[in-house]
Amino acid sequence: MLRNTVKAARARPANSIRRSFATVADPPVRRYGGLKDQDRIFTNAYCRHDHGIKGAKSRGDWHRTKDILLKGDSWIIQQIKDSGLRGRGGAGFPSGLKWSFMNKPNWEKDPRPRYLVINADEGEPGTCKDREILRGDPHKLIEGCLVAGRGMNATAAYIYIRGEFYNEASNVQQAIDEAYAAGYLGKNACGSGFNFDVYVHRGAGAYICGEETALIESLEGKQGKPRLKPPFPADVGLFGCPTTVANVETVAVAPTICRRGSSWFAGFGRERNQGTKLFCISGHVNNPCVVEEEMSIPLKELVEKHCGGVRGGWDNLLGIIPGGSSVPILPIDKCGEVLMDYDSLKDAQSGLGTGAVIVMDKSTDLISAIARFSAFYKHESCGQCTPCREGTTWMNNMMQRMVTGRAHQREIDMLLELTKQVEGRTICALGDAAAWPIQGLMRHFRPLVEERIEQFKLSQGQVGFGGHLGSEVKEGLAIPDNLGLRL
Amino acid sequence: MLRLVSTVSRPTSTGLLGKVVASSHTQNCTRRPFSSTSPKQADITLTVDGKEVTVPQGSALIQACEAAGSTIPRFCYHDRLAIAGNCRMCLVEVERSPKPVASCAMPAMPGSKVWTNTPLVHEAREGVMEFLLANHPLDCPICDQGGECDLQDQSMRYGSDRTRFHEITGKRAVENKDLGPLVKTSMNRCIQCTRCVRFANEVAGVEELGTTGRGNDMQIGMYVEKTMNSELSGNIVDLCPVGALTSKPYAYHARPWELKNTESVDVLDAVGSNIRVDSRGVQVMRIQPRTNDDVNEEWISDKTRYAYDGLKFQRLTTPLIKQGDRFVAASWEDALNAIATGLAASGAKDNEIQAIAGHLADTESLVALKDLVNKLGSDNLALDQVNGTSSPVHGIDIRSNYLFNSTIPGVEQADAILLVGTNPRHEAAVLNSRIRKSWLHTSLEVGLIGERVDTAYGYEYLGADAKALTDFVSGKGEFAKKFAAAKRPLIIVGSSLAEHPDGQGVYGQLAKFVEANKSKLVTPEWNGFSVLQRAASRSAAYDIGFTPSKKASETKPKFIYLLNADEVDPKSIPENAFVVYQGHHGDIGAQLADVCLPGAAYTEKSVTWVNTEGRAQLGRTAVPPPGAARDDWKVIRALSEIVGSPLPYDDVLTLRDRMWDISPSLVRYDITESTSTDVALVGLKTLSAKANAKVSGEKFLKPITNFYQTDVISRASVTMADCTKAFVKNEKEEFSNLGKGPQAAFA
Repeated sequence: MLRNTVKAARARPANSIRRSFATVADPPVRRYGGLKDQDRIFTNAYCRHDHGIKGAKSRGDWHRTKDILLKGDSWIIQQIKDSGLRGRGGAGFPSGLKWSFMNKPNWEKDPRPRYLVINADEGEPGTCKDREILRGDPHKLIEGCLVAGRGMNATAAYIYIRGEFYNEASNVQQAIDEAYAAGYLGKNACGSGFNFDVYVHRGAGAYICGEETALIESLEGKQGKPRLKPPFPADVGLFGCPTTVANVETVAVAPTICRRGSSWFAGFGRERNQGTKLFCISGHVNNPCVVEEEMSIPLKELVEKHCGGVRGGWDNLLGIIPGGSSVPILPIDKCGEVLMDYDSLKDAQSGLGTGAVIVMDKSTDLISAIARFSAFYKHESCGQCTPCREGTTWMNNMMQRMVTGRAHQREIDMLLELTKQVEGRTICALGDAAAWPIQGLMRHFRPLVEERIEQFKLSQGQVGFGGHLGSEVKEGLAIPDNLGLRL
Repeated sequence: MLRLVSTVSRPTSTGLLGKVVASSHTQNCTRRPFSSTSPKQADITLTVDGKEVTVPQGSALIQACEAAGSTIPRFCYHDRLAIAGNCRMCLVEVERSPKPVASCAMPAMPGSKVWTNTPLVHEAREGVMEFLLANHPLDCPICDQGGECDLQDQSMRYGSDRTRFHEITGKRAVENKDLGPLVKTSMNRCIQCTRCVRFANEVAGVEELGTTGRGNDMQIGMYVEKTMNSELSGNIVDLCPVGALTSKPYAYHARPWELKNTESVDVLDAVGSNIRVDSRGVQVMRIQPRTNDDVNEEWISDKTRYAYDGLKFQRLTTPLIKQGDRFVAASWEDALNAIATGLAASGAKDNEIQAIAGHLADTESLVALKDLVNKLGSDNLALDQVNGTSSPVHGIDIRSNYLFNSTIPGVEQADAILLVGTNPRHEAAVLNSRIRKSWLHTSLEVGLIGERVDTAYGYEYLGADAKALTDFVSGKGEFAKKFAAAKRPLIIVGSSLAEHPDGQGVYGQLAKFVEANKSKLVTPEWNGFSVLQRAASRSAAYDIGFTPSKKASETKPKFIYLLNADEVDPKSIPENAFVVYQGHHGDIGAQLADVCLPGAAYTEKSVTWVNTEGRAQLGRTAVPPPGAARDDWKVIRALSEIVGSPLPYDDVLTLRDRMWDISPSLVRYDITESTSTDVALVGLKTLSAKANAKVSGEKFLKPITNFYQTDVISRASVTMADCTKAFVKNEKEEFSNLGKGPQAAFA
């Protein structure tokens, strides 16, 4: 809180109108961003230092972990609740609440083991934040497993690491081995009397295995296909036992929150969007980077301050995808005003997602970029449920055609209708994720698509539905005119 | 309670949906599938389309909607399989849920308000239907599923009249799979509902059937090129909501609307599966299962389903009289007179007149034949099995000594099963699926004494002979301890044990064991001593006392009447005896005969069948008997007139009155009558008295080596011969050769 007043005081001189005591003072305008170095949680995100236990301890990890554990489960969960931490994997569910689902009344009487599963299957295009944690700060994650595990009274944690992350998995395994050797894990972890094991499992590279229930299936050795909910994993999860699946970043910040206090963490960012977050900025910026910043930092500031600005200046910007491939794109005017948090981006009809900012300047072929996403989702759909299986393929086909403009003007609306038929009808969120980028494209850049179609028509002649060329249809044949060639 | 899909091997890891509703930590061992009776649970009330409906707790929303009279379209949901929730056709709107909800996967919650007919629901279902049709070939005119296709039916309601799918990339194309001679695949039509996968994994025990690939490239198949080796594979044809899996022998033979449906009973094993015979004109076109939760649930075995083409071959269509080494067609009058002459000429008197009843003899004709033979002064009533000419070791005085006392659904309540000298997978395939179901979902323990077989579930192998049984009875070994600890133990004794030289001793030992543990094995609620018959006529034959007296069994017959007896050893027929064969197929029995009388097969007569539980069921006439063939009991009635001792019944109703006189249970249809505890114990006492009979130690061999060819009908069936080739001899049949066999001539 002290921090806030200092900030407010600094802001006051700018206010030129002096008010007397009788007038109502405007609440001080709070600006977000500019996280100080001492407030950073991931101090080795760039791997400049030792990722081993020695380096980790020098950065404050494993400091009085025993005391945190001894505070008990409800204290830990209350800390997380008070800190306002929301899941960093994309959905943004309040973490304290989620973890508390594991401690239902009478949970002690349930003889089943209980699991914490760490989702390190970071596969979302544009996202690379967990990778840095696994590389540079694996001990933060391991300690986080222990603390979160204590909070939800888990017996073991499984870290499901994406198969491609070979070095990251090695670093995590090294950290686990070191922690076991130091007595921080295993029986009587950190001398707290709490038994806890951590295992690493390497995935085989399917994006869908990042979905929590598909991840559980995959851990069980089955095909990674999302399960139906209910039952939720907190009731029936891994091997039929109560399970919580959490993102790497969510869990890795838990020990620091417990050490530095929930109010410290809650002091960052806007109400309901508190904390710091790793943002990964990629694309057409001068200096793509992963950076830890305060939540609610303006998107423009994030890009300008940490990445050296958009290539060719802010005005060269075409659009930004603020949260990884599965959220809708924002045009330049919106990019200038949104804050990087869950609510602001939601109001702008996009989403924070994983905090993966993909910047695209005017040299980008946006349709092609979104079509690439469609191809990705088509490839990664598990094929279990109908709308996603058929919808992603269909949408991909249409998007690929729209890259060249080989489509009918009316097909834009049809494509949008298809996205609506997929969205919200599927077992997991992959259907939504496939639908949203297309919706974003059409919402903000529809003229672009229309122009592309028009151009194709000028050079190649009339195009019917489904991409049939009017020139290929033989005039003499009695072909039913359902291709819209005369429209 | 609801189960979730994707658990194959035991122990299952996914839990109950109902558990979430009921309590968050129920023990895993209480999981039960839909179809078994679960302990009565609290009911919940919810509102569907404004109608209040009360359903048991743990029901799925789709069941609640059905109960309220709102039909929900579905493809993947099947009430006997686990929930997959992947077709998304059953979406409904639930209050306070922003998105439509898949009603098959959602437990019904008390007080919730559900709408099944709103614009949102329609729009969602229409969307799903459009997606399903996008990659579905519209080849209904040449698809065998046409007319009984769920996709076709539901697209009438939810489909658009024109397509929006014009992609230049075209539709998905998937290679067809070779699943063997029974199931024809056309995988382009597949809508990935995974019903077949779930059936194969949960019910049939074929864990190789699964999905490969992802997204739109997902395919159903056996992972590697391989046929689907299961006795229940035909059921996936019924389960398939589209034409992706169709029946190979039935391919392009008929359309469902041309067929006459006759509800009947199967006789190719002793389960008495309920079937529907689909016929066109005088031909049986196919056989489908009929739901009966007490017998076959919704499944039938492949033999039941596909052996029907055997009804077209090798038939006896006219009476035949042997002249020299040839059979000459004759009129009924001549044939019956020839028998009367033969009987007189043979000089057979009293017990020298022998009747042998085969596997497919119906109850009516058994009664008539017994009455006739008795009238002629003989007691020589033999059964067509090993040792059939002597009185069976288990006796026939007490019904519980030879029936499946626990009843077929009762198998699911057992928590320990001992199989003695039996392979239920081949002797009663449908029953075996119940054991598997129970084994998958409960902590059932199974032990086996006899030949090692693949039962489709795990079992503890105790040994091959009577010695293993002695060990078990004396409490030696791990399984004996588990069995002793079980609450509802069940012993399933194979029918072949009665034919075994050690039968007497084995039955005696078992009876002694059951008597010693009668507090668990024989109680008013539970009789855990069950005999599994394998021939459809056997229970009825025992019920009416179709067994020889001791004196008769020692008599050398001079006149032999074979009623559907086709398993007889030709050497057991005395050289100069006069032999009459009555039956529907020219098989071994007919070869031995001096006169052949053509009878009706099970699809051609309306008669009583008693299954292994003692459940009397009525088969019905689907098609007329071919040529001059007649109902079997009528043939015997006519013969009785000719040989001068007419039977006192002229129509089937009077004959059934006679059956009522013999045993009322024969005409109390569709129910089982359990033997009371006291009577069952008396029966066991007669057995245990002979517990010290000498034991040779010969191994118990399985009676069925080739599941697909066990009787005259299946031996005459081309399809079953193909199955034998493919599954028993493991010969790889080329795709191109299938369908070019003789059965094509009947298309």
